[in-house]
Amino acid sequence: MNAMFKHARYVLQENPLTLFAFGLFFFLVLLAAFGQVLAPYDPLASDTAVALQAPSLAHWFGTDQLGRDILSRVMTATRLDFAIALSAVALSFIIGSVLGCGAGFFGGGFERAVGRTADTIMAFPLFVLAMGIVAALGNSVANIVLATAVINLPFYIRVARTEASVLRNAEFIEAARLAGGGNARILALHIYPNILPPMMVQISLNMGWAILNAAGLSFIGLGVRPPTPEWGIMVAEGASYIITGEWWIALFPGAALMLAVFCFNLLGDGLRDLIDPRRRT
Amino acid sequence: MTEAVPLLSVDNLALEFRTRGGLVRALENVSFHVGTGEIVGIVGESGSGKSVLSHALLRILDSAGRVSAGRAVFNGLDLLAAREAEMRAIRGRKIAMIFQNPRAALNPIRKIGQQLEDVLMQHTHAPRHDIKKRAIECLEQVRIPDALRRYHAYPFELSGGQCQRVMIALAIAAEPALLIADEPTTGLDVTTQAVVMDLIRDLVRRNHMSAILITHDLALASESCDRIVVMHAGHVVETAPTRALFATPRHPYTARLIGATPHDCTDVRTLASIPGSLPDLRAASLPLCRFSARCEQYTSACDQPLPLAVFNQHHSVACHTPL
Amino acid sequence: MARKPVWGTIFRRLLGALPSLAGVVVVTFILTRALPGDPAAFFAGAAATPEAVEEVRKQLGLDKNLAQQFLRYLSELAHGDLGQSLTTGQPVSTELVNRLPASLELTLFGLLLAAVVAIPLGVLAATRRDSWIDHVSRLITTAGVSLPVFFTGLLLIYIFYFKLGWAPSPMGRLDPYASAPATVTGFFIIDSLLARDLGLLTASLKQLLLPAITMAIFVMAPLARMTRAAMLTALSSDYTRTTRAMGLSRYTVVYRYALRNALLPVVTTLGMVFSFMLGANVLVEKVFSWPGIGAYAIEALVASDYAPVQGFVLTMAILYVLLNLVIDVLYSIIDPRMAAQ
Ligand SMILES: Nc1ncnc2c1ncn2[C@@H]1O[C@H](COP(=O)(O)OP(=O)(O)O)[C@@H](O)[C@H]1O
Ligand SMILES: [Mg+2]
Repeated sequence: MNAMFKHARYVLQENPLTLFAFGLFFFLVLLAAFGQVLAPYDPLASDTAVALQAPSLAHWFGTDQLGRDILSRVMTATRLDFAIALSAVALSFIIGSVLGCGAGFFGGGFERAVGRTADTIMAFPLFVLAMGIVAALGNSVANIVLATAVINLPFYIRVARTEASVLRNAEFIEAARLAGGGNARILALHIYPNILPPMMVQISLNMGWAILNAAGLSFIGLGVRPPTPEWGIMVAEGASYIITGEWWIALFPGAALMLAVFCFNLLGDGLRDLIDPRRRT
Repeated sequence: MTEAVPLLSVDNLALEFRTRGGLVRALENVSFHVGTGEIVGIVGESGSGKSVLSHALLRILDSAGRVSAGRAVFNGLDLLAAREAEMRAIRGRKIAMIFQNPRAALNPIRKIGQQLEDVLMQHTHAPRHDIKKRAIECLEQVRIPDALRRYHAYPFELSGGQCQRVMIALAIAAEPALLIADEPTTGLDVTTQAVVMDLIRDLVRRNHMSAILITHDLALASESCDRIVVMHAGHVVETAPTRALFATPRHPYTARLIGATPHDCTDVRTLASIPGSLPDLRAASLPLCRFSARCEQYTSACDQPLPLAVFNQHHSVACHTPL
Repeated sequence: MARKPVWGTIFRRLLGALPSLAGVVVVTFILTRALPGDPAAFFAGAAATPEAVEEVRKQLGLDKNLAQQFLRYLSELAHGDLGQSLTTGQPVSTELVNRLPASLELTLFGLLLAAVVAIPLGVLAATRRDSWIDHVSRLITTAGVSLPVFFTGLLLIYIFYFKLGWAPSPMGRLDPYASAPATVTGFFIIDSLLARDLGLLTASLKQLLLPAITMAIFVMAPLARMTRAAMLTALSSDYTRTTRAMGLSRYTVVYRYALRNALLPVVTTLGMVFSFMLGANVLVEKVFSWPGIGAYAIEALVASDYAPVQGFVLTMAILYVLLNLVIDVLYSIIDPRMAAQ
């Protein structure tokens, strides 16, 4: 434990960006929790008298075409964007780790079936598949979550499968088997907990990507509907004002989006160094 | 040495690696020389710093490694202080090297003929159209059958022994004065080992080269070398002509090595093994004699700075209690 | 040495791609039947009478059982029939074929730009490991992959069109007054070159540059990172040590030996890169009103016009399978070890 802590300190010192990412992460989590309460204006209240105003002291991020306060909308949107990405990642983590773990442990036909499923998903350009799923299942936030989960699934399956198939032959698993553990028990108590660290890295690398995907889907008009504040759709609303110079409508939600993704990518890198220093690139 | 200045003379070489675990003092106080036309063996168990030493001489160490002291004078030039441009003129041309694991040491996606040509182009000023002929001659020189066809082969299409021949061809292409062979036969099967060693010995003698043969196998060194330098944990512990070394080993480690070597008529059952293992070179305070923890002759006197006892002008040993 | 001809390799890779292709067809079929509620009602449109819905149901074969429907789907695919767009009344396949070159030109040009920047950047970062250039490139590439493409596109439009006025208005492949070159490849750059029309070439390049840069920024990061990692591996390999020990020039060591070997793993990651790019392509097409298949699919999506969307997903998937096939073949050509297998 102490060694782990020392290593963590070493990694943080070597890579101050990871420290920065941790700070940013806490800030974003706070925003997601309290953004709605802290927002200076009602994110839905339109006031045409102040439409399309550039950033000012009253409206730090300016106002949009309906006179809504962009700062308040950006802050409020944090929760929805995080919620979508988080539930999608959680869903694919749970399904993917269980499937992959079982595949790696049992091998045989089950492994082939799971592998085939993962390969079939990967045979699509992933964002396009997500579009197709949302289009087919219906245009709703729940389906965005589902589609994002599906396209993330193969990554979790693969990591879990590799880890589990390595562990399957480990000595302590043999020992547990000799001690009379059944397959289910060994899987749940010995294999599954041990694949969690590499899965954590996968999760944080995936979070950023999940946010991007979800925002991309709502940018093209899927899932979230106006006037709900959400970063992707806010950028889409601001898009047509860019060529007339009203940059702030798209810039601030876009920057928030970028910052969140950047934060998760940095965290993922840092976490990978922490958990697996060898694989550092 | 009574004769002229040696071809290569290494004095007090020290080398460190900076690692996450701390400073690795891989070499300390390493001194030896190689005379013209001489074949010198460097022998020691795995991890004693033999490869690192050869890399230091050619200055092809990993970026983490740093020579912290010493000189290595080759033909009047200190290799350790030479400019990079001077080194480029030395590498491959004056000093060449053969590596362990020849298959990995050759570029997997380049035809062996082209790899030979790259070296020839760098070091000889033969005209373009002659290069291919020269390359094939080199392959013939190392007795690769059907050289013309092998010219177009990739390393994965050759056997390990053939790859090592290609390595040798690369090394002698520019007719260097000194050949360093780092475990040239490790990993090859026994018959191939003998053939490759014969080839190296032949080429060295025929082209009047000097050679350093690095190996963990004392028996192998004894077959080819005029003199042997024994290394242990980054120290040179004994240097002697091959015969003298086997007849009267002075250092306890050498004696153990000889005991552990199947030689002439030793029975395999009486083969001794060397107890203990190499010390951790990262330790903050390494004993002055790095063999002391494994040594039966150890006395408290051994904690004094190590002398380099010279028994006669050819035989020296670093030990307080030599045999 | 005798080697198997490239055609054999290509044929084997083609066979290897069949399972993916089959998977793609099955999944797209499921997606067409998964429409919520009554698919016939969807395809008939919102204003359709019950009789019209029945008519559509018959037309689409939705009254048959699933196996028969699948067979019918297959035979339609074999005939290149992807249904008709509700909004335009045109066959989907015609539209897709007409628009595909625009998407491909954008994607491939973007990839080219990305490779031209990312590979040298990765090489520099690896040869000067832990120098400021390594850190800067790490920061830039992480930032680049964190940028949502649609946002990058808008930023570039704001800066280069609105502020600086360097770029033409972000409306499609050519400005409305110019006419497209005679279609040979469908790539405007190539076609205008073939027509020896320099004016047209610059005009289409100008339009292409901004969206292509947008795409490039997005995929630079994975390319540069992969190049760096592969270069580090290659530079610390035994064969690189050999070349150094043989006194070869630094140029030969880094480029002829290390880089060529490092490019092999980079080529294998191109598959993932294309997956990203084809997805990003849709968003970039929307931002720049680029008349490709992505923009077509988005228009249809907004109008709840499903046949084009399904045709689009299928086309993209097949395109992706083919691109992977090309990568595989390319790999087995440049790696002699693969070709010999
Ligand atoms: N890149 C490196 N970083 C840290 N230590 C190293 C490195 N290369 C070699 N060493 C250390 O140097 C010592 C000698 O290694 P080496 O020369 O390969 O031994 P030998 O060739 O005699 O088997 C070993 O203890 C090894 O740990
Ligand atoms: Mg060695």
